[in-house]
Amino acid sequence: MVKWTDAERKAIKAVWGKMNVDVIGSQALARCLIVYPWTQRYFDSFGSLSDAASIMANKKVAAHGKVVLNGLGRAVQNMDDIKNTYAPLSVLHSEKLHVDPDNFRLLGDCLTIVVASQLGRAFTPDIQAAWQKFLAVVVSALGKQYH
Amino acid sequence: MLSNTEKELIVQIWDKMLPVAEDIGSEALLRMFTTFPKTKTYFSHLDISPRSEHLCCHGKKIVQALAEGARNISTLTTTLAPLSRFHAYQLRIHPTNFKIFNHCILVTLACHMGENFTPVAHAAIDKFLSAFSAVLAEKFR
Repeated sequence: MVKWTDAERKAIKAVWGKMNVDVIGSQALARCLIVYPWTQRYFDSFGSLSDAASIMANKKVAAHGKVVLNGLGRAVQNMDDIKNTYAPLSVLHSEKLHVDPDNFRLLGDCLTIVVASQLGRAFTPDIQAAWQKFLAVVVSALGKQYH
Repeated sequence: MLSNTEKELIVQIWDKMLPVAEDIGSEALLRMFTTFPKTKTYFSHLDISPRSEHLCCHGKKIVQALAEGARNISTLTTTLAPLSRFHAYQLRIHPTNFKIFNHCILVTLACHMGENFTPVAHAAIDKFLSAFSAVLAEKFR
């Protein structure tokens, strides 16, 4: 089981509290599709992803970004049992969506960068460390049910 | 593969970072040491506490090298040859650490540039940093 210090819990909840859930998820997903274009392979049904502008304007990308971020919210609410909270999601991503779990880390990195650009200097090294530890646990839980 | 637009964007961004090279470089290093403590093992001979002289000086050197690389993207292998030899034969850093540091550079740029660190800028800089570290790791074996 993952151990969180009080400082880490506080940092993670503070970052989450400052996030505009409706916007950040879409921005992070769009960024992932732009910076790591191979991730587009999972979104053939989303319509035009031909360049950065069309990805950022794509309504399905925006909607899906919100879904992903709401999923992350469940991990924030259940920090002491992310593995079990995410077990069904892990099965879904493995058996139905067939997503290479290495791509979860890339989306996590893009999310971190969106958060950093929003929070600026308030995203201190210590807060970054706690946030990235949290995302690492999330990414690991999402990959747990693959076999 | 970098387009001409991307190459220009990369030069613009690093030119903006040069006057604050110490701040950017030392912050990227500090972020790396804090989030990925194993990276500190390469700096046991230096004082890398926040705002230390070593941290600032080292950070500045790194940003200056990146800016130099940005201005010579088409000749990275020749421009970086001495640094490449240094990383291979003297520093002998485990190659996974390049990605870790590159990520921390991106986070630092995002914190400083805010909205101006657009997805297109992010993609361009990420590609540049990958190419840069590939050259640094070229002579490893």
